[in-house]
Order: sequence, then C-alpha cells, then structure tokens
Amino acid sequence: MTGLAAEFAAEGALVEAATRLRAAGMTGLEAYTPYPVEALDAVLPRQRWMLPVLVFAAGMLGLAGGFFLQWYGAAISYPIDIGGRPLASWPAFIPIAFEIAVLCAVTAGFVGFFALARLPKPYQPIHALPGIERASQDRFFLVVDAGDLARAEQMLTESKPCSIVPWPP
Amino acid sequence: MSVMEPGQNLTTIGDHVADVTLNPGRRLWWWGGFLVAVAFTAIFVLAVEYLFIAGIGIWGVDIPVAWGFAIANYVWWIGIASGGTIISALFYLTQSEWRSAVNRIAESMTLFAAAAAGVMPILHLGRPSYFYWLFPIPNTMGLWPQFRSPLLWDFFAILAYVVASILFWYLGLIPDLALVRDRAPTQRRRLWYGIAALGWTGSHTQWRLHKTAYGLLAALMAPLVISVHSIVGLDFSGGLLPGWHSTQFSPFFVFGAVLSGFATVLLLVIPVRRFYRLEPYITAHHLNLLVTFMLLCSLLLAYSYLIDALLPFYGDDRYERAVSLHRFTGEWAWSFWGAVSLNVLIPQLLWLRRLRLRLWLVCLVSFGVVVGMWFERIMLVTSSLYEDFMPSAWGHFAGTEWDWLTLFGSAGMAAAGFFLFLRYVPVVAAYELKELLPPPERRG
Repeated sequence: MTGLAAEFAAEGALVEAATRLRAAGMTGLEAYTPYPVEALDAVLPRQRWMLPVLVFAAGMLGLAGGFFLQWYGAAISYPIDIGGRPLASWPAFIPIAFEIAVLCAVTAGFVGFFALARLPKPYQPIHALPGIERASQDRFFLVVDAGDLARAEQMLTESKPCSIVPWPP
Repeated sequence: MSVMEPGQNLTTIGDHVADVTLNPGRRLWWWGGFLVAVAFTAIFVLAVEYLFIAGIGIWGVDIPVAWGFAIANYVWWIGIASGGTIISALFYLTQSEWRSAVNRIAESMTLFAAAAAGVMPILHLGRPSYFYWLFPIPNTMGLWPQFRSPLLWDFFAILAYVVASILFWYLGLIPDLALVRDRAPTQRRRLWYGIAALGWTGSHTQWRLHKTAYGLLAALMAPLVISVHSIVGLDFSGGLLPGWHSTQFSPFFVFGAVLSGFATVLLLVIPVRRFYRLEPYITAHHLNLLVTFMLLCSLLLAYSYLIDALLPFYGDDRYERAVSLHRFTGEWAWSFWGAVSLNVLIPQLLWLRRLRLRLWLVCLVSFGVVVGMWFERIMLVTSSLYEDFMPSAWGHFAGTEWDWLTLFGSAGMAAAGFFLFLRYVPVVAAYELKELLPPPERRG
C-alpha cells in the first residue's frame, strides 16, 4: 500500500479535504469528479499554458502555410496573366489562409488535448478502484499517492468521507 | 423561469441522461421516424446513383440556369448547420447557462446538416469523380486550383467547417460517453462505450485540459461559422449578375442561416424533449429564448430583404431594377413571397406570449421558416440566372422529379443520422448540467 483513496458524496467535502491535505504539504494528490470542479484549480494547480500556446502556434503556422501555398500556386508554379493584374494578389488569399489557419488550430487543440491528457488509453489503473464508476455520476474521489499515510487518513476522516480504502487496492 | 426545474441533483441527472441511451424501452416513435428516414435515404441513394449514370441532364439545370436545386440545397443545408454551431460555440463564449441543455442536440443537427450540404456541390459538378481537383495537390498536368475564386474559398471553408464540427462535437461528448460506459449493464456495451470514451477517468488533470481545449475550440468555431456562410454569400457577390452582385450578401446570408438554424433546433428540441421526458432540463425558459433568438434573426433578415428589394430603385442600374421587379411578379414570384411571408411576416406572431407558449404553433412556424429559407435560396439562385441582361438569352427553369427526390432524399439522410444519434449517443451534456446545479445540490 502506497496511498489512500477517499470517496465523498459532495463537492464541498472533497475540496475541503484536498485543501487540508495540500496545506499539510501532501503531494501526489488527484481528484476524480463527475464534472469540472473549479474550486480545485487553486488546490491542485495544473499546468495551463501549453495547450493555448500549441493552438496559437498551429494557427499561425496554418496562416503562413496557407498564404505560402496560394502564393506559390498562383504566382510561381502556375502564373496566369489576366489583363496584367498582380499575381501575388494577397487580399484574395485571405479567406483560404484564414480557413486553413482555423483548421490547423482546431486540429491542434483536439490532438493536443489528447496528447497532454495522455489519451486514448483504454486501461487506466484507477479503474481498479472499487466504486470508481460513480466518479462519472455522483461521487467525488480523492487519491493520495505518497507521504505520511496515517496523518493523511486522519485528515481525510475529518471531512466525513463515505469510505477510505488503501490505494492501490 | 429557470434553466433547470428544482429537485435535481447529480444522481437524477446522471440517471436520466444514461437511461435515455441505455434503456430506451419500446419506442414506436423512434422506429417509425427512423424507418421513414431510411426510406428517404434509399430514395436519395437511388437519385444519386441515377445521376451518376445519366449525368446532370436528369435535373432541370441548363443554360442559362446552370445553378439549380443542388446549389440552393447546399446553401440551405449549410445555413441550417450554422445555427447549431452558433448555439454551441457562440453561447458557450457568452457563458449562457441555457445553452448546456440543448447544445448536444444542436451540434448533432449541425453534423448531419453539414454532411447533407457537403454532398450537394459534388453532385452539382457534372463529373463528380473529379471533385478532388479542388484540392491543391501536385498533379501531372502542373495545374493549380484558382485561389482567387470564391467557389474555391467555399471548398476550403466547408472542409474546415465539417472537420472542426466533428472534432468539437466529439470533444464535448467524451465525458458523457464515459458516464454511459460506467453505467452500461452488459459487457458488450461497456466495451463499445469504453472504446468511444478513450479512457476518460474524470481526473482533475483531464478536466482542466478538457475545459481549456473546449474553450479554445469554441472560440475558433464561432468566427469559423460566420466566415463559412459569409463565403457562401461571396459565391454570389463574386458573380456579375444583377441580383447577385451585392455587397450585403455576406451578412444577409449569415442572418438567414442563423434563422433557419434556430428554427431547425426548435423543430428538433420540442419533440425530443417530450419523447425523452427532458422537461426538467429543457424548460420553458429554453424554448422561450430559442424563439426570441429566432425572432431576432427574423428581424435582421427582414432588414436585409428590404435593402435587397429596394436598393435597386435607389440606384440607377436598370438591370438590378428589372431583376427586383421580376422577383416580385415573375415566374418564380411565389418563392419570393413565400420567403417573405414564411421567414419574416408569420414568425412575428410569436412576439405574442400567448402564442409563443403553444408548442405546436412554435413547431409549425419553425417548419415554415425552414421551408421559407429554401424558397429564399431557390429564389436567389434562379431568378438572377434565367432573366439577366439580354432578353435573347433569357430562359426558364423548373425542377424535375429528380431534383425534388434529391432534395427530400437529402432530408431523409440527415434525419436518419439524427435518429441514430438519438438512440446511441447521450442527447444532453450531463456534465454541463451538473455544473449548473446550485452548490448545495452538487451531491450524490
């Protein structure tokens, strides 16, 4: 046994327990909840800048690539002189460059989410925890994976969990 | 009026949403609707097959009217699709709470409408097997597509829109697929929903990323959907024909698109809400708001109709004027007056609260709007083509039976897809509803 898993019936109790454990310097905390719990953002900080940066970079790359594609196609590889009009007519390239940029950004957001969340992963160790299937419905789980377990158990009990079981089971 | 009826908690929401998918029971309405939709899909397949064998001569299109039903259908379908994205993306960004109960239905409608739209230009090509020439891929002839043409812009817009819609829809769906997986009664369903949920655990790390990704995608989808229909408008503005060559077409088309989208969402939400007993989550408040937004779009469209019909008389282009007069009184005048009455005049009845609360009437008016928008599209497409500049080049246009079968068949195809969605996918975003609960009720 290296850790503990506590089950709570309400969001408030989970946040309270997590706050207490965190204040005591416990590490390796993870919560499993049926919906995103905003109050946990302060208690269990997660890296937040990577995905937006990825999406922005992909969008800019798509924009530049879109302009390059059209410029190369219309001005270099297959120039057609239509009454002496400019070949590199960039304003006419805006719509396609925009669409390619959005397509790249959306794809990067989707793929980036999976990469950073380490998905798809059909088997997740947490699924071995009895009762965890209710984490997608109406129960809140807090897993402590390291540290002084006796103390952690005492602190978890103070928040009146439905149950505390050893983790991994 | 509130966004959720009182007495709900985490358990009731989870039970309800999962039960709708897992224990449908005997549902005659589903089988009835699905079989009719499949029959129409079969008609669509036949119509398309005959088109591929015989060529587009089976349709009413000819010179001078080379754009007919297929283009009108395309504009109509993509407009309907836009409404769903506006509800799910734009109202996510405005943090509108009412969106959460209807966004899944709206997004799914978008997917099938966009699919029906995407097929139409390919059918219209005449030589559909060459549609891949639209892609900017190196080929042995050294040819490139014409990047300065709105028609090619359209291809890129649709491509981006369809792909982005699918990704946005699926991203929002993952936590609910996990909910169904966790409640599935049989091993087999557990396996299928487990594969679809891709290993979602609901950990704080995952939720944090999910929320960020969803917000980013919503922020990208909102301008994307506006750009898509604006570019559809540019397809027409880019032509030099009287009645098409107008600077207002982009916003004009977006207004109409959102109007038809809201109407279609109402048309779907009202029966789905009743059949799946979703009244606790989709309350009178939601329907009231959807109708109000439909009315707003109807007024915006009225403004565009007014500009479009009257501006020619302010300017001095006699061809523009002739086309305008022709739209009022010519061969296809029924489509103009049909569009005006169904999209602008009749919906105004719903300003009366008494009438707005009668759901059958809302359904009827919404259906009228959907039909009226098709009238508008076919009016815009044909009336500028068959009488343009030279009377010697004028002609006539009438749809053939194959035109009509393709139109109704495409509706059947979209409906069949939607029925499958109703049966196999959670129809409401359960986790978003749970977030709407007041803190004391956020317990199991």
